[in-house]
Amino acid sequence: MTRRLLALAALAFATSASAETIAIVDARLMTMTAAGEVERGTIVIRDGRITAIGPGVAVPVGARVIDGRGGTVTPGFIQADSTLGAVEVSQVPASADRATHSAAISAGFDISLGLNPDSILLPVSRLAGITHAVTTPLYDDRGGRDLQFAGQAAVIDLAQRPDMVTRPRAAMVLEMGEGGAERAGGARGSAIVELKATLADVRHFAAHRVAYDRGEGRPQKLSRVDLEALIPVAEGRMSLIVKVDRASDIREIIALAREEKLRVIFDGAEEGWRVAADIAAAKFPVILDPLADLPHSFSELGATMENAARLHAAGVMVIIKTGSGVAHRARELRYGAGNAVAYGLPHDAAVAAITVNPARVFGVADRVGSLEAGRAADLVLWNGDPLEPLSQPQAIFVEGVEKPLTARPLELRDRYLPR
Amino acid sequence: MGLADKLLRGGRATTLTTTLATALIFTGGGAFAAPDAAPRDAFPSTYQAAAQPPFAIVGATVLTGTGAEIADATVLVRDGSVEAVGAKLPVPEGYVEIDGRGKWVTPGIIDAHSHLGVYPSPATPSHEDGNEAVAPNTAEVWAEHSVWPQDPKFRLARAGGVTSLMILPGSANLFGGRSVTLKNVPAVTTQGMKFPHAPYGLKMACGENPKRVYGSKGRSPATRMGNVAGYRKAWIDAADYARKWDKWEKDGRAGDPPKRDLQLETLAGVLNGEILVQNHCYRADEMAVMIDVAREFGYKIRAFHHANEAFKIAPLLAKEDICVATWANSWGAKMESLDGIEETAPMIDAAGGCAIIHSDDGLLIQRLNQEAGIAMTAANHAGLSISRGEAIKWITANPAKAMGIADRVGTLEPGKMADVVLWSANPFSVYALADRVWIDGVPMWDRSDPRYQAPSDFLLGQPGQEFAR
Repeated sequence: MTRRLLALAALAFATSASAETIAIVDARLMTMTAAGEVERGTIVIRDGRITAIGPGVAVPVGARVIDGRGGTVTPGFIQADSTLGAVEVSQVPASADRATHSAAISAGFDISLGLNPDSILLPVSRLAGITHAVTTPLYDDRGGRDLQFAGQAAVIDLAQRPDMVTRPRAAMVLEMGEGGAERAGGARGSAIVELKATLADVRHFAAHRVAYDRGEGRPQKLSRVDLEALIPVAEGRMSLIVKVDRASDIREIIALAREEKLRVIFDGAEEGWRVAADIAAAKFPVILDPLADLPHSFSELGATMENAARLHAAGVMVIIKTGSGVAHRARELRYGAGNAVAYGLPHDAAVAAITVNPARVFGVADRVGSLEAGRAADLVLWNGDPLEPLSQPQAIFVEGVEKPLTARPLELRDRYLPR
Repeated sequence: MGLADKLLRGGRATTLTTTLATALIFTGGGAFAAPDAAPRDAFPSTYQAAAQPPFAIVGATVLTGTGAEIADATVLVRDGSVEAVGAKLPVPEGYVEIDGRGKWVTPGIIDAHSHLGVYPSPATPSHEDGNEAVAPNTAEVWAEHSVWPQDPKFRLARAGGVTSLMILPGSANLFGGRSVTLKNVPAVTTQGMKFPHAPYGLKMACGENPKRVYGSKGRSPATRMGNVAGYRKAWIDAADYARKWDKWEKDGRAGDPPKRDLQLETLAGVLNGEILVQNHCYRADEMAVMIDVAREFGYKIRAFHHANEAFKIAPLLAKEDICVATWANSWGAKMESLDGIEETAPMIDAAGGCAIIHSDDGLLIQRLNQEAGIAMTAANHAGLSISRGEAIKWITANPAKAMGIADRVGTLEPGKMADVVLWSANPFSVYALADRVWIDGVPMWDRSDPRYQAPSDFLLGQPGQEFAR
């Protein structure tokens, strides 16, 4: 709450650039709310906040007018499963804070601490319409697949401001399936048993904390910070992002989640379409890469470009991502959504999969992911279909602040572009 | 004048017609058969296109690969070759007519940088056959001996319109080995996919990879200067090898020929112009050094690959007639790729150079058309003027040039192999899908006909194959 108040205060004292009235006119509005799509409408933004939106909205006197020229306004996109803010150059370890190999800190790893708002990757991704990301820990497996959990993900904004964390500790990351098997000694059965044992340990710890403080707890495999971090997971208050692909692994996790009363978000789920009805019945959302169609491992033999469309048709809430732990190539998010459309996902469902769906699943839907009067403007004006490579952004607002349409690669380009 | 003489004189010859070449291209079948001389075609292509009735695609918008965009065009294909392309051409009698109205036609997509088959799916260690990372110079290995024709990615690439592709060894080594150019046809053997009489390439690598791989083993190269010393030493050895063959030729082939050396034979093939250098190199300054190394030893670099900084030296690369095979979206994985921008290919193109969009990836190879669209859009946004007709060359005519097969594929000019894609929409759109693909006039992919969607042997009977993909 304090953070929210501070954010409001920051807005109140924002630069003169945002202390003005702006009207985006003549644009198709994809509100991602009950209002649906407005074929031709206007958005009025006063001091960074949407004050009016819809067809037939009057442009206030003195407003700066941004002519949409028949383009499209979408909410800012949200890149799930990213490492934005936690990496500069992938192969330069000192520039990356996206993974830990400390044996004492796995579930306890909190990626929201130590992020870099000055990352040159943020404006690059912003030019692709991305205003928020779910920055998600990776595993550091250089010394072997030892850690059980990768850590806790955070929702961040790409405004390049010091207070960039929209929601810290938004979910816990756990790899199961092939990778989880390796972490647990080499077999899936071992990984599932280990997870149950861990949850029992966490619950015991939570119920006997005072005894542990006196040194009278039972021996624990995980460190104290890991146990603390897992309490909300074991109590069903924090979602568990489970990375699995094989259809049978997905079923096992659904059964285990029911038994242990866990809230699960599937990540990957390349064979998800094969068990779509089970996922829908469990009401677990799925984060997927619609381009992932390679039978890259024995867990992904059924991978197909139709995964997104089939899961959506079965009633599963789909969140689209690109790659895994993506950062430099986050700008491909909207193309991934477009390709999902080419393989059968309805266009509005594809836009929802990169806006309102991740906003809901990661608990920030009151601030981002849809266009509504009363909230900070977090939106992008496109000169065409936002999912097309042939379209470009014309204006970008991140939580009330209009951002320039530039980034380091464009400065490099301009330095060498013949005049 | 023999090759060795030119090298001794420090010449900068670019067309080296040498007696060495004669020695190297012996087929072993003639009167002069020398059992120790290198056969020209040691692992010959067995690919043959099946005969097909002539056909016509009528009413589509055609990007010819020569720069032209023709609306309401007719494409005539006969005997596996392009017969004619033009607006509203009449369809001769006996031609199967294909309705192209509302659709688009391009030449078959060509990927100048692929590891399909040498890094197949599933990616198990038993399959990883792309990097002979045991010595910085492994010019003696040939990628075709690692290709697994059952890699399911070949079919996925076919569904993306890819009809020819160059398979390269990886970039761990200074000299990674020979590439092989394939037609993207289903086959049980690699020879059954080999593009007939396509020249070989030699994979070379600059920069971080070789120095990291060998530096971490406590051996040279551990630095970029070590990289360059490694190239120069190898070329000196290759020139020496070439001189020995020259001498044997000049002496009337008297006595035993020099003993064949697979590594030096490939390098000598570069020096005599038969093998094309495909050089993985990211940074502008390193590309300039590689151009000087090539000058020192009298060979040509055919293409720089990845080349994220090529836009910084676009006029130099155009002047040197070196193609640039790159991406729009890939950057930042390494220090040497930090300066990657979306507009590299169009900036090379605008400087008059040979620009290529390549994949180096089993996912991107399925969507090279979209990657080209991203680069084209970014360039036009930056004030360059790149037409669709121009941009399609980045994935058709220009990779054909880099691979030395531009006389046969890459455009829809009469006489070219009929490698053709019929797209459902403007091919630069994210919504465009390859409806049909022909290779040498033979239907190889049809999005609506399961007969052309058969999975590789590996996927047969595996779970989750109920849907075409």
